[in-house]
Amino acid sequence: MSTDEKQHSPSEQHVDGEWVDPGVPYHRPRRSDSDPKAAKRAERQVAALFGVSILGTIATLVVYFTQNQTEDVESIRLVNVLLGISLCFAMLGIGIGAVHWARTLMRDHEMVEERHAMRTSDESREVAIQYLKDGAEDSGLTTNRRTLLKGSLITAVAIAPLAVLVPQIGNMGGDWNVAKFRHTMWAKGTRLARDPDGSLIKASDVTIGSVFHVIPDGLNELEHGKLEEKAKAIVLLIRLDPRDLNLQPGKEDWSFDGIIAYSKICTHVGCPVALYEQQTHHLLCPCHQSTFDVANGAKVVFGPAKRPLPQLPIAVDGEGYIVAQSDFHEPVGPSYWDRLKGGSSPAPSTEEGHA
Amino acid sequence: MGAKVNTAVAGTSNWVDERTTIGGFVKFFARKLFPDHWSFMLGEIALYSFLVLVITGIFLTAFFVPSMDIVHYEGEFATMHGVEMSKAFESTLVTSFQVPGGMLVRQMHHWSALLFTAAIVTHMARVFFTGAFRKPREINWLVGFTLMILSLAAGFTGYSLPDDVLSGNGLRIIDGVVKSIPLIGTYISYWLFGGEFPGEVLIPRMFTAHILLVPGLILGLIAVHLFLVFLHKHTQYPGGGRKDTNVVGLPLFPVYMAKAGGFFFVVFGVIALIAGLFTINPVWNYGPYDPSPVSAGTQPDWYILFIDGGLRLMPGWIGSFPMEWVIGGYTLPLNILIPAVILPGLFFTFLAVYPWLEALATGDRGERHVLDRPRNVPVRTGIGVGLISFYVVLVIEGSNDIVALLFHLSLNDITLLNRVLIFALPILSFLITRRICYGLQRKDRELVLHGHETGRIVRHEHGEYIEVHEPLSEQEVWLRVQHGDIAPLEIEPEFNHRGVRRKGYRFDRFRRRLSRFYYEQRIQPVTPEEYEAAKHAHH
Repeated sequence: MSTDEKQHSPSEQHVDGEWVDPGVPYHRPRRSDSDPKAAKRAERQVAALFGVSILGTIATLVVYFTQNQTEDVESIRLVNVLLGISLCFAMLGIGIGAVHWARTLMRDHEMVEERHAMRTSDESREVAIQYLKDGAEDSGLTTNRRTLLKGSLITAVAIAPLAVLVPQIGNMGGDWNVAKFRHTMWAKGTRLARDPDGSLIKASDVTIGSVFHVIPDGLNELEHGKLEEKAKAIVLLIRLDPRDLNLQPGKEDWSFDGIIAYSKICTHVGCPVALYEQQTHHLLCPCHQSTFDVANGAKVVFGPAKRPLPQLPIAVDGEGYIVAQSDFHEPVGPSYWDRLKGGSSPAPSTEEGHA
Repeated sequence: MGAKVNTAVAGTSNWVDERTTIGGFVKFFARKLFPDHWSFMLGEIALYSFLVLVITGIFLTAFFVPSMDIVHYEGEFATMHGVEMSKAFESTLVTSFQVPGGMLVRQMHHWSALLFTAAIVTHMARVFFTGAFRKPREINWLVGFTLMILSLAAGFTGYSLPDDVLSGNGLRIIDGVVKSIPLIGTYISYWLFGGEFPGEVLIPRMFTAHILLVPGLILGLIAVHLFLVFLHKHTQYPGGGRKDTNVVGLPLFPVYMAKAGGFFFVVFGVIALIAGLFTINPVWNYGPYDPSPVSAGTQPDWYILFIDGGLRLMPGWIGSFPMEWVIGGYTLPLNILIPAVILPGLFFTFLAVYPWLEALATGDRGERHVLDRPRNVPVRTGIGVGLISFYVVLVIEGSNDIVALLFHLSLNDITLLNRVLIFALPILSFLITRRICYGLQRKDRELVLHGHETGRIVRHEHGEYIEVHEPLSEQEVWLRVQHGDIAPLEIEPEFNHRGVRRKGYRFDRFRRRLSRFYYEQRIQPVTPEEYEAAKHAHH
């Protein structure tokens, strides 16, 4: 089993209570080292592997020129598989051939080389230090009188990057108006529309237990900033049996006969809260599984979110369409530092308990 | 014929050398020795998958359009007809469906990105467990650490480029995380997205980062990394003839040129095969980015899972105690900050400074080129396994919906369990691993003292049965005794002979405590005396 040299006498294994390194193990020759026939065979194997690569390359080109892919997904898949396999042969042939060559025909008898300590020798260090001293002397920086020079140089170099960085960073943030987080497209009288086709929703369309993914009417017609507005304004409209719905204090008239609208943006990190469990009235965010109780003001019942989903106050207009009473009364989406500051929202947000 | 070729080679070499002194470099590099071990290939896999990334990436830049302008798709893929999408998404579809071979190259690019990050992490683990980060390689550990971080940046920026609904939601999560940073979070968000999320500049900006900034840095640091490998010469596993003052191995030219060069083609080939057979990131099934839709069971690429897992794990409420605080009217969302900013920050900082931390405990000032067998440094190995288990809990939590589906478990139960495991498992793994290491060391002692069991039972004349033990060869013995014994640090007393408290005592006391944590409990290797005594006892 062991290929070690065994002709040492035990006394050499340790000297004066110290173990002695037995040295590099005995090298056992390979078959291809001693048997010319084995070496010849290995050579043929390597050549054959390189041959496989040549065939692989040719096959790749043949596939490329002969297989026409169409819009049919199956044909694309076929081309992909054929190209992948032929390219694999083209590469593996070279790779395995080279490795096989190294393992069978190239040297496998290990060699020993001394290392040199990383540390520069004392003499070289002295010379290096002297050079630095000489240089510093030549520059005049070592003289005490030159503190003004040193100070101004350091200051100049330290602040020079600002000349590039300030305009660059300054321009990268658009208008820097972070107060935009507070407002969405919703306003008094904005009709609720289906996402994505924009058709309007009548209260009579919303049956008990149904869920509508909602955008503000007019979003699809926006020329600019459609995605930005949509990212803030999306709403879930749900109808519960009014007996199941516990209206929150101060929000008694924010819903209509069991129809209630919440922001679809998770108050955790902003994923769309898209999964509604009809039986439990729970809304689940598929990204991090924050769970909100629709029947109880969308308060958090599980997961990483802390705040309930903001509620959109809704009403029904003269034609029976569902409309917003106002914008959201607090910023939608994830929390941020000055979320509760600024006060430009229609009403200050109330910190809601966990109950 | 042969002579002619040689003249041509000599002529060319001479021409080049007279203009570049290349002879000196060849002399330095050509017969440089490299030790052989399978685990040294992990770093190579990282390097080669990076090369495949560059090659396939150049192909992709010819067809990708980094623009968020909205178009209506009119291409080959029927189900997307007329759908509103960004040019980035449209060009991804074109690359996949209309450019022959484009699908394969896209898939190769994505698969090699996954392999790249995986190889880096595994390579880093190998370096950690074998102590290859010790002097003089601390700087190279940091270079490698930075490469690991950059690989995550490269992966994430690339993953987000197709502007599909899945990566778009990933970006939205990043936006949420960024906004949670106190004071400047909202401004960083505006800085990244050029205004409100998603904006119109992110894809072009990420494209620049993905094809120039990040790969440029990676390339530069790879150069530094490899230069330092050459300068230090490679580490080697312990064994006969291997010392801290030498390197035992095979020469770069021709053996490693063939083996390592060949291995590049093997990695390339395997990536091509995987990309040919297995679909990855089929963005045409997800659809273009739209802030509204999302689906369950959609995971980020594996290397981001641990952050996503942290976000899922962290409760918004602990009982009735909120994890989002409002202090003086300002909001501090700890439910985001802790898992997505603070925890990864601490984790990565610990990894980065680990070589210095351990050096404090050992007080070792010498160069170490012979690797540790992980069992011989039980505390380090325990810490490593503890960190891995911590990471694995986060990864499992990051895919908790998939786990719930596969094993028919409650999603909430998995999260509740993981909230316990995130604290318990690392400590448990540390203790168990350390115990296993001690066990293996004792086994080594046992083997050295009593030899291999042969399974051969012999009866003596006087009736006693014994099992014959085969003594270990001297190579086998050496492997188990070469590492010597490390005792905990001793420090100078608190007060000097005049009774004055000396400076730096507190720091020394911390070092002693750290050192005792590492080495107080230890198994010493067999000494020659014990070895001889055991030998005589057998006869």
